Amino acid sequence: MSMFEAILLTVITASTPLVIAAIGELVTERSGVLNLGVEGMMIMGAVAAFAGAQMSGSPYIGIVSGIAGGAIFSLLFAFLTLTLVANQVATGLALTLLGLGASGMIGESYVSIPGIRLGNIPIPLLSDIPVIGPVLFRQDLIFYLSIALVIGVNWFLFRSRAGLKLRAIGDSHGSAHALGIKVIRTRYLAVMFGGACAGLAGAQLSLVYTPQWVENMSAGRGWITLALVVFASWRPWRVFAGGYLFGAVTILQLHAQALGLGIPSQFLSMLPYAATIVVLVIISHNRRTTLMNTPASLGKAFVPER
Amino acid sequence: MKKLTFALAASAAAVLGFSSAASAADKTKVCYVYVGSHTDGGYSQAHDLGRQQVQKEFADKVETSYLENVPEGPDAERAIERLARSGCSLIFSTSFGFMDATVKVAAKFPKVKFEHATGYKSGPNLGTYNSRFYEGRYILGQIAAKTSKNHGAAYIASFPIPEVVMGINSFEQGARSIDPSFKLKVIWVNTWFDPGKEADAAKAMVDQGVDVITQHTDTTAPMQVAEQRNIHAFGQASDMIAAGPHAQLTAIVDTWGNYYVKRVKALLDGSWKAEQTWDGLKEGVLTMAPYTNMPDDVKKMAEETEAKIKSGELHPFTGPINKQDGTPWLKAGEKAEDGALLGMNFYIEGVDDKLPK
Repeated sequence: MSMFEAILLTVITASTPLVIAAIGELVTERSGVLNLGVEGMMIMGAVAAFAGAQMSGSPYIGIVSGIAGGAIFSLLFAFLTLTLVANQVATGLALTLLGLGASGMIGESYVSIPGIRLGNIPIPLLSDIPVIGPVLFRQDLIFYLSIALVIGVNWFLFRSRAGLKLRAIGDSHGSAHALGIKVIRTRYLAVMFGGACAGLAGAQLSLVYTPQWVENMSAGRGWITLALVVFASWRPWRVFAGGYLFGAVTILQLHAQALGLGIPSQFLSMLPYAATIVVLVIISHNRRTTLMNTPASLGKAFVPER
Repeated sequence: MKKLTFALAASAAAVLGFSSAASAADKTKVCYVYVGSHTDGGYSQAHDLGRQQVQKEFADKVETSYLENVPEGPDAERAIERLARSGCSLIFSTSFGFMDATVKVAAKFPKVKFEHATGYKSGPNLGTYNSRFYEGRYILGQIAAKTSKNHGAAYIASFPIPEVVMGINSFEQGARSIDPSFKLKVIWVNTWFDPGKEADAAKAMVDQGVDVITQHTDTTAPMQVAEQRNIHAFGQASDMIAAGPHAQLTAIVDTWGNYYVKRVKALLDGSWKAEQTWDGLKEGVLTMAPYTNMPDDVKKMAEETEAKIKSGELHPFTGPINKQDGTPWLKAGEKAEDGALLGMNFYIEGVDDKLPK
């Protein structure tokens, strides 16, 4: 395997969890709900996936359990903010703190147990293409799911009737409600989709990225995805590009250090954040389209008039 | 206003009276502050094992407690102050970054005793303790020089503080004692704890052809990468053999228990004084995990070096040693002083990196 392929593989592993969690949060925010609890849902997904894999012996059960863990945990947020109309920002932050604490407690008995690594599934024929084959078509299930998610969400939001309704709710929940669209029900589903994606991203962390369980292992990735969604102005393909840009710069700066180019390491550590923000801001710089893409009801509470 | 002041004084007296009465009846409280979780599988867990040893030893006299995941910086001060207020008699703050916070809180609570790990600021009620990790890292360097097929290793490092730089230099010094052409690559991840990033760093180094990695970060992720990629690695702070059954050569293991027991005993019999302790392999605050996955002659060499360091026959930093740019640092036979080591801010010859400032 060439160095180039090796670097691409590492970049994919580092970027996949960001893309998955960000695409979930994108759907949540497109419905007008701001859930800052991605970090908490991700870490709950990671511990649920690890526990599921350990108990069953199968990493695929782990994936299912990670998705379920994230989705169920997000229900708490949905109930508090949608049914009880609690403040979304505060509830999201609380969800993160709760997730970090609860996952530590749940995972206490799993610390320093060797994890179960999710195996790769080569796709026949395609995996034999030079360079692209080993990099893109000899991957694990979660990577394939991440690509499917980006394509699927893009289609759903902009090509399907249900997606149109979801965006309508995010732009003006009052009008959507007046038109007879089920605002609360759709938002419940959108929040749970975001939770499921964050859970899947967590599963990637504890089954693929570093197959082990340690407390706080998400180490701030949930926060990065939140920034990605905003700077990508709520467009799926930009989220995808942003996630991969962040992953690529993260890995390349490590290689730059190893090559001894003499660039200060603190500067290199900052680079992924700076580069991603700058690039995404530039590609989203059109103010009119940015305004059009921003869900106008984002973060606002909705109480149906009776 | 007068009334209010009086009421405050009265209630304060009541609270004080109550708390002193309560603490007389209660056990002595010994408290710990960790930068990571008590189950991080590395640095903080090693301290927590020490705490458990104290709890076991003095089960009927002492009550231990800990605060974990305390971020270095302003939050640390609040956390330590909370412990001081809650009646802890002795507080161990276990990370370098808690130094200034511990100094501040110690000045505020002259009756509470403090010990800060790996720092250099002390006070009348604030002692410091540290472990000579560099002694173990010298042995790691020697093993690496014998194991590596391409005369080099990679060092996954956290932050460019003297403690870390000293470890890098000691590793290189050990390696050079075997193989003078040994090149040590250093990769800074600017975090103590991020499994993903540590793994990425390890992968990047392996992709660049490195076949031995060592780390000064807290998780087992680099060890796991080494195991997966069939190269060798050294464990850090805890024995990481579970993460790398075929990869781990040995590990430097923090074993604070005996030190903690000694200090708590001193606290109980009233002989506790603020001291600056810097123990190593000899005193047992640092131990080597079993030497595994290496030929017998390498193992023998490692054991001999370990014995020599314990007996004081060998000091890892014994001249002649040049700085990275070739200027002399230590003359032949000269040993580095502790002060010079604790403030180390330069690389020695053979380290293939530019030290971040």
